[in-house]
Amino acid sequence: MTRLTVVDADRCVGCQLCMFACSRRFGEGGLAKSAIRVRSAGGFERGFVVVACRACPDPPCMKVCPVDALEPRRGGGVVLKAGKCIGCHRCAEACPVHAVFWDDEANKPDICVHCGYCVGYCPHEVLAMREAEQL
Amino acid sequence: MADLTARRFTVEDRADLFQYYIGGAGVAISLLKEYCPVGADSLGPDNPIVFAVGPLVGLYPLASKTVAMFKSPLTGNLGESHAGGRSAVAIRSAGYGAIVIRGASESPVYLSIDDKGVQFRDASGIWGIASSVTTGRIIRELETGAGTRTIMRIGGAGERLVRYASVITETYRHFGRLGLGAVFGSKKLKAVTVSGNHGIEVSDRKLYRETYDDIYRRAVESPVMKKYHDIGTASNIMPLNLQKGLPTMNLKTTTSPDAERISGERLAENYLGRRVACAHCPVACIHIAALREPYEKEPYFYKTTMIPYDYELIYALGSMLGIFDEKAMLHLIDDVEIWGLDAMSTGVVLSWATEAQEKGLISQNETLGLNFRWGDEPTYAKAVEHIVKQPNEFYAALARGVDHASKRYGGEDYALAFGGNEMPGYHTGPVSHVGYLTGSRHSHLDAAGYSIDQAALKDKLPDPKAAAAKLLKEEAWRQILSSLVVCFFARGIYDKDTVAKSLETAGHKVAPEALDEKGMEILREKNRFKEREGFKASELRIPGRVFETASPLGKIDEKYLRESVEEFYRLLYA
Repeated sequence: MTRLTVVDADRCVGCQLCMFACSRRFGEGGLAKSAIRVRSAGGFERGFVVVACRACPDPPCMKVCPVDALEPRRGGGVVLKAGKCIGCHRCAEACPVHAVFWDDEANKPDICVHCGYCVGYCPHEVLAMREAEQL
Repeated sequence: MADLTARRFTVEDRADLFQYYIGGAGVAISLLKEYCPVGADSLGPDNPIVFAVGPLVGLYPLASKTVAMFKSPLTGNLGESHAGGRSAVAIRSAGYGAIVIRGASESPVYLSIDDKGVQFRDASGIWGIASSVTTGRIIRELETGAGTRTIMRIGGAGERLVRYASVITETYRHFGRLGLGAVFGSKKLKAVTVSGNHGIEVSDRKLYRETYDDIYRRAVESPVMKKYHDIGTASNIMPLNLQKGLPTMNLKTTTSPDAERISGERLAENYLGRRVACAHCPVACIHIAALREPYEKEPYFYKTTMIPYDYELIYALGSMLGIFDEKAMLHLIDDVEIWGLDAMSTGVVLSWATEAQEKGLISQNETLGLNFRWGDEPTYAKAVEHIVKQPNEFYAALARGVDHASKRYGGEDYALAFGGNEMPGYHTGPVSHVGYLTGSRHSHLDAAGYSIDQAALKDKLPDPKAAAAKLLKEEAWRQILSSLVVCFFARGIYDKDTVAKSLETAGHKVAPEALDEKGMEILREKNRFKEREGFKASELRIPGRVFETASPLGKIDEKYLRESVEEFYRLLYA
């Protein structure tokens, strides 16, 4: 099963079209619902960091959820059961790559479902859907 | 609205303004008129700073710009400057359509703005930092919101009230023209940061996604967009040099055999280190050179400086000063960026000073021992520092712009400013100059007169009246684009139907036919503000140099310019 993969962050120009695409899945503009983020690596002169869910086979975010709102996704990562979520932020704190983002308006995490919608809007081949590689 | 004097803020619902004026330029001019008293001192507390974004920002690609309006300390009338970076999306995501900053602070301050309001943060510890880059680095660590925030700040030039100081955002984008940086400085305002995380609702989700995909596809497939992505705006150097329309050495000439050295192609091949985009822009026109150089006295000790370049910077700080050594030019661009000056005004001021010294109007008494010579970058770099620090009357005069300096020292015939704003890099024919004279910002961006000239290389030049009508139509339409706020590079994509359709999904019903009149109304409002502040079209000065140096369309006829300018203003108010 494929997952969202950052194939070459050096090609990233910081346009954030992936972020806008992610929010647009829900039919809205802006970035509130984006489960992917691009930020500068300490200033635009240093290039960009693309922060995205790694689809961990054994996800730390899931392990700390006190209400079991995160369930394992086939192929790695998690699926959010929003009805159960109490908005405690523990999943966001547990993610070592800070890829659990927060929808302040809904007070729920923005969790990548590895649908690949953002990949279709990356004009510079930074993102791709790939099989997870095991070391 | 933030009041720096009282250190208070209010949040107001001004849906009325956005409904009528769309956003961006339309809303900004309306707010400027509302909050700027007649005859206000441009460097006093009464001069408001207005930032406005539009309904397409955060929704569609290439709607990436913020419009700033203020009373210009350079021209004394309309100050308007646009910038991208993350500024527009950040303001919209924080939940605002416009930000108005009034009053002045007694002690240095910076503003941290989010959806909860405005924090007035003490900036006394960072006041006096001359570098706009360092200022950005410090504030980056102090504030949250990495990735989606904007950090607009000034360097030493803004603090020292140079009338063409810029405001820098995200290191490489600028509210460059007409002196917003000095207005910041006059308020002891070192920076403004904005961040937020609000979503934006649309009226019809399906139509939104369809319209989005249509615009996106056209953007990534357009050859114009490819041009701006590949070589960038610097791709204009070679064609303009070949056409003999590249202003060189204070417009004594319009071409140089050495121009290839500062061309976009050469810079891309040898120096291009990174391309960067504004938020929500697939094009990534921002080109940054990586200049790797050794320290003089330390073997194997190098520094690599990342320096942005664009056509206008290469013109102003390259060809205009006779600097055709690309490394020297990049150094000067870097200096001007760090101090936070408008590159175009700085280049034109220095090119005038060079010629004034050649002609003996000024001597080393005025220049503090500097001997300006075409191509002598180290001397120009020292002069830039003097312009910021203003150690004597001469440099203080240069800091007020070329119009002012030439009134004081002479040489007005070759002081290349229009309506008080220094000339852009196109001497393509008469229409470019009509555009500088009539444009509400006296900028090439107002109506792109150069493109009418360039079309006339193959076709016939329109007569003065027809040229005026074309410029007016283009400038009026650009008021719509800058109210949405869409980057002018995307003007080929955002045609009238696309604008109406995308506005509809944003909850704005406007008939495509009604857009022209709305654009014209916004343009009239801007011109009314100018006149209110003393601007008189009949008193526009045209530097004689424009008529002396042939353009690609031959020598320019003064009668053509005067007739066309007169017609423009007649049509504007008709």
